[in-house]
Amino acid sequence: MGRRLSAFNLVSLALGLAFLYLPILILVIYSFNDSRLVTVWGGFSTRWYVQLAEDHALQEAALTSLGIAVASATLATVLGTLAALALTRLGRFRGRLPFSAMIYAPLVMPEVITGLSLLLLFVAVELDRGFLTVTIAHTTLTMCFVAVVVQSRLGSFDSSLEEAAQDLGCPPLKTFLTVTLPVIAPAIVAGFLLAFSLSLDDVVLASFTTGPGATTLPIRIYSDVRLGVKPEINAVCTIFIAVIAVVVILASLVTRLGERHGAAG
Amino acid sequence: MGDSRAGVIARPARPQAGRGEKFPVDRHARRLYGDHDQLSRRRDRAMPPDPAPPPDPDPRPMVRFDTVTRRFADVTAVDRLSLDIREGEFFALLGPSGCGKSTLLRMLAGFERPDAGRILLAGEDIVPVPPYRRPVNMMFQSYALFPHLTVAGNIAFGLKQERLPKAEIETRVAEMLRLARLEGLGGRKPHQLSGGQRQRVALARALAKHPKVLLLDEPLAALDKKLREETQFELMELQDRLGTTFVIVTHDQEEAMTVADRIAVMNQGHVVQVGTPSEIYEQPRSRWVAGFIGDVNLIEGELVSAGPDGAVVQDRAGRRFLAEAASFPAAPGGTVALAVRPEKFRVSTTPPADATVNGLSGRVVDIGYLGDLSIYKVRLDDGTLVKASVTNIRRHAAREIDWEDAVWLSFAPEAAVVLGE
Amino acid sequence: MTEKSPALPHASPTASPDPSPRRSAGELLIVALPYLWLIAFFVVPFLIVAKISLSQTAIAQPPYTPVLDLAAGLDGLAAFVRELSTSTYALLASDDLYWLSYLKSLRVAVVSTAILLVIGVPIAHAMARAPARLQPLLVMLVMLPFWTAFLIRIYAWMTILQRDGLLNGLLHTLGLIDQPITWLATDTAVHIGIVYSYLPFMVLPLYASFQKLDESLIEAAADLGCPRWKAFWLVMLPQVVPGIAAGSLLCLIPITGEFVIPDLLGGSDTMMIGQTLWSEFFANKDWPVASAIAVVLLVLLVGPIAAYEALQSRAMDGRR
Repeated sequence: MGRRLSAFNLVSLALGLAFLYLPILILVIYSFNDSRLVTVWGGFSTRWYVQLAEDHALQEAALTSLGIAVASATLATVLGTLAALALTRLGRFRGRLPFSAMIYAPLVMPEVITGLSLLLLFVAVELDRGFLTVTIAHTTLTMCFVAVVVQSRLGSFDSSLEEAAQDLGCPPLKTFLTVTLPVIAPAIVAGFLLAFSLSLDDVVLASFTTGPGATTLPIRIYSDVRLGVKPEINAVCTIFIAVIAVVVILASLVTRLGERHGAAG
Repeated sequence: MGDSRAGVIARPARPQAGRGEKFPVDRHARRLYGDHDQLSRRRDRAMPPDPAPPPDPDPRPMVRFDTVTRRFADVTAVDRLSLDIREGEFFALLGPSGCGKSTLLRMLAGFERPDAGRILLAGEDIVPVPPYRRPVNMMFQSYALFPHLTVAGNIAFGLKQERLPKAEIETRVAEMLRLARLEGLGGRKPHQLSGGQRQRVALARALAKHPKVLLLDEPLAALDKKLREETQFELMELQDRLGTTFVIVTHDQEEAMTVADRIAVMNQGHVVQVGTPSEIYEQPRSRWVAGFIGDVNLIEGELVSAGPDGAVVQDRAGRRFLAEAASFPAAPGGTVALAVRPEKFRVSTTPPADATVNGLSGRVVDIGYLGDLSIYKVRLDDGTLVKASVTNIRRHAAREIDWEDAVWLSFAPEAAVVLGE
Repeated sequence: MTEKSPALPHASPTASPDPSPRRSAGELLIVALPYLWLIAFFVVPFLIVAKISLSQTAIAQPPYTPVLDLAAGLDGLAAFVRELSTSTYALLASDDLYWLSYLKSLRVAVVSTAILLVIGVPIAHAMARAPARLQPLLVMLVMLPFWTAFLIRIYAWMTILQRDGLLNGLLHTLGLIDQPITWLATDTAVHIGIVYSYLPFMVLPLYASFQKLDESLIEAAADLGCPRWKAFWLVMLPQVVPGIAAGSLLCLIPITGEFVIPDLLGGSDTMMIGQTLWSEFFANKDWPVASAIAVVLLVLLVGPIAAYEALQSRAMDGRR
């Protein structure tokens, strides 16, 4: 791909990126707007952030969201990594086809269907809805994303690395811990961060599966947003974007590091 | 096809020819370790083919495959194969891709289990032993260096599995770094090394545990031609110095002929011939081996007589040829082929004077100039196409023989091999 | 096994290609944990949805009948089966509300996917042709908005599209309009929101297949006398079809069931099916009807989902 970009290519890229970033940029800028009217610039101010600091309900929702995100991303990382190992390492075991179908389906399944069905399950088994049920719902969705991310790394993993370790006297389980895991670690970390951010972002699954006392930040924002545009929301969103941007930059650094590792294998 | 192979024709013979003088390692090693059996055996590589059948098989081979079979689904990769590898030799498994040579090596390492048969290492059946408990180490084709460990970490990996004391591991790693000419690179990660350096790390890592047998799976395939040739000699030198049994898998006949004391030529899961490089080249047992190693001309015919003076073969045009042979693949009257390597022909514009020499007449249809050699394609009077190679001894611009010239190809009785069907 | 029978070399033609056909306990655990999790929280819930869709609404907790009484054994099961009915599906078929809603969802999904393709192809193509060292950065730039909360992105468009919002302000300043245009609560706004949210899902698979494309093929085609534009159609496009299909399905399927975007940006006239399901469930508390809507939606999407899975497995297996 050493070709030079044509004018058409450049314009496509510029317009595409502008389309993706302008709305977010506007949102961030207006979070520092002094005016209550979201669209009229009334001077620079941080008053909406100050107001946020006093909104305890919102902070509580944010903490709940973080808790659920950490819990579900951790679970999803374990389950998704196992699933990826099963898909790439165990060859053609019985039931592989339905298994891979179950891994890929949640990626495209409309969330209303997944949410509704999980809620009906929780009602059927009389599980009280709250932190636990939202965590289960998020784990179910995000483990599939983790599985896909880790699977694609394992797919390019040179299995002679494991053979080399065994050849040098390392038993299988120890080989997995000392060779396989460190080599695929960047993909696992990337998977965790993806799961974390998806959980932090979700409205639909959480709305179906949550219960009293477990209002997540997106649910809270959603119910505010339905009533109209408010500058406080801009401020919340800006903080949110800042947090996620940091996480993504970390993730990409980790992945870049991992790719360099992988290239040497 | 013929032309692309022509470039390799005469090369296999060359490295061995000069080996005694060019590489004083043999003598040096013998001084170091004493002239015991395993090292003196090396000499037969440089000697003319031994006409007598090899002596009794080694009573205690280092490795013995005993009627080993390995199947993958409906393909039999290795079929009731038996083979002995002696202690201290550099042994090559040579064959086209898919012949089962890699499977054989991987069974020795423990990554594949034979479906039937035994594999003995120093007399002990190792089939039930998992790979991580076998005293053999492997150098992988992809090198399989651990990307998250440094060069020193890679070399120390196997030693750490043995739980050796830290000081000893350090000494051993330093020794290996020196051996593989990697001094000063111990702290680097694999991705910071060149291809040749990675290859040496892989070798050092596999040798660090002082294995009974070192397995090399196409170890030089990733290197470019020049580096590959240099490394072949480094490997030989290393093997001489350490005296460890090396087993190399390769599809490159030149490489096998260069490095190995003995070669097992494999095809379709079977060993078709075992012998020194010169035995395999000069005394192929079958048409397949003759054609796989180097280039060969086959003159189809019928065995007229066989006796102590040699074999008389008559081709379809009624010409008779004399060939020296100790054993005969067919009874008189049977169909045979006379195999003659291109470099065994003498090309001349006049009929051979000596009546005992076999002669063929034809017309030059093609000439390939390779620098060191010229290849002549000659259409015989009966239409058969024959290839002859001539070393270009002089720097003459003008050729003595040119296109469309009528030529005589002659070859001595001892230059031809009689092969059965 | 036939280990000791060299006389029968082909006695076990079904021998596994795996070096160790016996599964260890560890391997079993690796499959079992995610497998059981997905059965418990992905498959079983669907069965429950299917079952409830055959029930009737009741003012009770849970708000439907019949309830399977496992304690009553086989008789209980028989009684349960007798009481199942297809009345919810009859309702879905008879009331315009539902099938108009499905139609609208499909229409929005198809139109948005088409727009996404038109916008996504040039972007992906430009990314793939950018200098190699810039490409990871570009991929990250396209990914980044996907990572920032989806809700925030929709909210951002609400600010832009509202009546006294930035878009109308801009158009007014430019002198293009006198009266503010209503953007919010229209289908246009829904399409904008969907295209905006799903663009990374379209661009990334397209980019992956454009990147694998061998540019020398275009040159080969040109060398053989094919003009460049024609080569694009005859040589390039057939190769990127799997990428186009993957990207389109990755967008089309979830858009069909989309809820948040039409709810925040759309009008109140015709609802998309995700909204209909939502309101049946949360507002009307009609669980059986909501379940039936989900079942029908799933049936509609089963073909595209299967196609997507086939593409995905092929891509994953191809990498190995």
